[in-house]
Amino acid sequence: MEYEVVVGLETHAELSTITKLFCGCSTKFGAEPNSQVCPVCLGMPGVLPVMNKKAFESAMKVALALNCTINKFTNFDRKSYYYPDLPKNYQISQNYYNLGVDGYMNIDVNGTIKKVRIHNVHLEEEAGKLIHPEEVGANYSLVDFNRAGVPLLEIVSQPDMRSTDEVESYMQTLRKILLYTEVSDCKMQEGSLRFEASISLREKGTEKLGNRVEIKNLNSMKSVIKGMEYEAKRQAELLDRGETIARETRLWDEVNERSERMRSKEEAQDYRYFPEPDLLPVLIDEKWMSEIKSTIPELPFDRRQRFMEVFKLSDYDASCLTEEKVLADFFEYCLSISDRPKAFCNWIINDLLREAKDRKLDIYNLPIKPKQLAALVETIERGIISSTIAKEVFSEMILTGKDPQKIIEEKKLVQINDEGFIESVIDKMIASNPNVVEDYKKGKKNALAFLIGQVMKETKGKANPKLVNELLVKKVGG
Amino acid sequence: MDKTVIEYIANLSRIDLSEEEKVFFIHQLSNIISYIEKLNRLNTEDIEPMSHAIISSNVFRGDEPVVSILREEALSNAPSKIGFFVKVPKVID
Ligand SMILES: [Zn+2]
Repeated sequence: MEYEVVVGLETHAELSTITKLFCGCSTKFGAEPNSQVCPVCLGMPGVLPVMNKKAFESAMKVALALNCTINKFTNFDRKSYYYPDLPKNYQISQNYYNLGVDGYMNIDVNGTIKKVRIHNVHLEEEAGKLIHPEEVGANYSLVDFNRAGVPLLEIVSQPDMRSTDEVESYMQTLRKILLYTEVSDCKMQEGSLRFEASISLREKGTEKLGNRVEIKNLNSMKSVIKGMEYEAKRQAELLDRGETIARETRLWDEVNERSERMRSKEEAQDYRYFPEPDLLPVLIDEKWMSEIKSTIPELPFDRRQRFMEVFKLSDYDASCLTEEKVLADFFEYCLSISDRPKAFCNWIINDLLREAKDRKLDIYNLPIKPKQLAALVETIERGIISSTIAKEVFSEMILTGKDPQKIIEEKKLVQINDEGFIESVIDKMIASNPNVVEDYKKGKKNALAFLIGQVMKETKGKANPKLVNELLVKKVGG
Repeated sequence: MDKTVIEYIANLSRIDLSEEEKVFFIHQLSNIISYIEKLNRLNTEDIEPMSHAIISSNVFRGDEPVVSILREEALSNAPSKIGFFVKVPKVID
């Protein structure tokens, strides 16, 4: 039978606030175990949580960026379950009045735009970190509560995705939105961004959703895709054999690339949600909402479309530039100085990005500033230096941070446009390469390239290559 | 309220109950529930569920760090520890 795979994703993103959601403990990653804890995040009796405004506003910002309706009245609830990483035996989350509901996000799937609906966006607290000792036969686990209470944003999609390409695009697009809105660092290797997939199959052409299976422990985007492929295959085999799919939670085993049924949590699925009496509700008025809305920058999807339309960049170029907000900002900063989109785009996505990667730096921390890149591009466009020489100037700029004009002056790199001089060099080259000239006259076209190369070499790359070409053709006959 | 419900609740709460205790709690919880059930006699139609007794809202703190407590102090209530970690029975997943 032919099946259609139906996927919904739950995304957890740790918000990059300085302090935790309900206490003033630091959220800094990588600190000594249990050094960033207090009675509130340790769940001591009699303590009172107080909400971090920055965290709440970051959550609202994302809900708005994902086109959600903001609940004018939101509240927090206790989600009860017993687990060693949860000191209070309940997690403060939202269940009855989520911050944002009924949103959507546009994704690009191989050139086609698809709308994925967002069921809700809500705020909750992170649990502690469990460490399982490597020693064989160890009968204990270790807990570090530094992470307990870090603000965590949960974004729940509707089961609107139908292929790995769609899931991939959803994850990438959402990640970029979280980065653009500057609410999370999205470091998957540090657990700041995590995905859980719920997957079901249905016979192609039918409407009714099959029983869904939740996959947890997907530690990278690659695991999400692999886990999804594995699960779709597993379910198809079961259905083909006439078996039913059990509604269950499965854990992805990254090493063996397979999933296994998760036992322990199943019996604890009864979360007994009830309103958190220690926190007061939050009322959101229009004024506050529009204040937060005004802090949302143009989002990557829209920005990419604009770069393609306004600056006539290719899909590839526009995607590269909008991959990170700093890149796109750098590009637009350059454009505010001079109107040469294609040239800036090339320098940024090829040269600057390469240098930034080599040095593990943010593009803004490189010694070349937008003003200097703009100046470099201008010198090329005005014919002061050739593009070959420009690469040399660029290398010098990246090492010293000097202005291009200064480097050109110091190293005497100005392009030679003096026809008389260029002709004298050409004559010299023709005289010393009679065979090549002969070949060219016999119709061997690439002999010309050799001669141009010789002239460029003689002038240390400074001769205007266009002029060299013209004059050479004139000399040896076209 | 019967034995199945008591066992279910005990399981959720991660506690073990003896047969005698189960009987005792069936009786005690049944009494509590029938007492609370009096509330069902009230007509609550068209009444918004209340989530708080205090009529106040929007209480926040700034995102400003406060020095946490000492690790020794933080761990002083932990029944078992290794180094600065809390040690707990093995968790499978
Ligand atoms: Zn704390």
